[in-house]
This record gives sequence, C-alpha cells and structure tokens, in this order.
Amino acid sequence: MEIRRRKNQIEISELDPFLAELLRQIPASANTEGAPAAEQRIFSPPINGKETELCAEWKMYVEPELRRLFQTATQTVGADLEQLNGNEKSLANHTLHIPTKHADAWLSALNQARLVIAAKNNFTELELNDHLHSPIGSRRDLSLFQVNFYGFLQEFILGELDW
Amino acid sequence: MSAEPLATEVALPLIPEIVRPKSATRSTVDAPTIEKETRAEEALDVPWHVVVHNDPVNLMSYVTMVFQRVFGYPRDKAERHMLEVHHKGRSILWSGMRERAELYVQQLHGYLLLATIEKIS
Repeated sequence: MEIRRRKNQIEISELDPFLAELLRQIPASANTEGAPAAEQRIFSPPINGKETELCAEWKMYVEPELRRLFQTATQTVGADLEQLNGNEKSLANHTLHIPTKHADAWLSALNQARLVIAAKNNFTELELNDHLHSPIGSRRDLSLFQVNFYGFLQEFILGELDW
Repeated sequence: MSAEPLATEVALPLIPEIVRPKSATRSTVDAPTIEKETRAEEALDVPWHVVVHNDPVNLMSYVTMVFQRVFGYPRDKAERHMLEVHHKGRSILWSGMRERAELYVQQLHGYLLLATIEKIS
C-alpha cells in the first residue's frame, strides 16, 4: 500500500483486497448499535457526578446533534469508499482517492471506528500501544490491527491537513 | 491524580465600577459619574473548568489539533495540554462561565474527546 498527497486529494494506491475490505468496514465499525460500552464512550456525559439535570438536557439536545454530526462524517466516508466497489477483479489491488475537503469527515469516521472497536473489545492501553503485536491469530487480533491501521491513516491525514 | 492548570482564562466577576474621565480634575464643571452595568447573574455563576481526560485510543497529534481548533491555542500550548492529559490523566483547558464551558465540552465531544465541565471548588 502506498499513500501520498496529490494536489487536492489523498491517494491510497496498491491497496490489497484485505486492506480494501478493512477500509470498506469503516462505516459499519463506527456503528455503536448493540454495544452499550461503545455507546457510552462515544456519547460520554458532560459532567462527572450527579448533575442529572444537565445530563438529561445533554441527552435531549446535544446528543442528537452529535449523532447527526457523526453520521454525516460516516456517510461522506461511505460515499468515498464506493470507489472500491468497481468492476475490477476482486483480487486486484485498488486505488482510493480522498478529496482533502473530506479530511475532517475521514478523521471523525476513523476515530469513531477506532473508539467503537476498542470499547467493544475492551482493549487495554498496553494492547493499544503494542505495535509489535504478533501476527493476526484471532478475531481480537484482527480488531487490534484494524484500530492500528485506522490510526495510521489518521496520522497521515493529520500530517497533510492545514490546521 | 489532580492536574495543575497550565494556563487558564479565569473569568472574573464583574463588579460595579465608577469611571471618571481624566480631564475631570481640571474642569470647573462636575464630571458626570458613569456606572458600568453589573452582570450579577453571571458573576454568581463563575468559574467552571473545562477538563479533558485521558483516553488511550485518541492519537496525540489528533488531540493537539483539536485543542488548537477548539480553543485557538498555539501549537506548543496545545501540545503541553495534550501531554498533561497523557501523563497526568487530565488537563484543565479553560476556565470561565458555565455556558461557554458547556459549549466547549460540546465541541470537544464533537471531536470524540472525553471532556467534562467541573465547578471550581
């Protein structure tokens, strides 16, 4: 896989089918449905302790807005990912072009996905920082690889952004 | 572990203040007395902290970028706060009126950071 900036696009080329599939899974991976731990992490309370009034107002007014924000980001990413659903042979390498104006949406969607996967698997800080992890041997290993791969993409996009 | 604020903007309560023009000392006419408006309600409601908590998933570079964007901090200040979050578990990013603190927390949640407001005890 190669990743580079080309004018107003980020180009990810030489994407093998496995990595392309991981990218296709970003929107689904960001979904908190049926995962209370992930839901709790993505929609964390605005205050610690027993400020029930603020928490209730937050749930009613702020959360729906945040949901819309996150959903818009994953939809943008989902639309970009349609490039990977072409008529090419399924085992061929792919190329993905991400418009730089979608960079924020990608950062958000990748972050959502990483947080949801980490919450679902209850990864420890030690596991998340173990970048020399052994080859993928289980579903959990695959999820950890997914978190790290998405993190790598985030780092690259951040490096290309004009803050 | 509690964290020392690196630099915070503490909003001070507004107290009634009498302002006299400097030229009034030489004038034979009494200078008008101008009273500034008091914002008592807000004065009673200060201050609150905006606290960001450690999270092993969010990337350090991402957190730095969020601090720059949300608070307008220069990169070095944003990085200091990010490192404080990383090493001490939390950092106070801003202090002031509750309403604005809530708005900051909402923005930080929009970037998926763990953030809360805290009343200064």
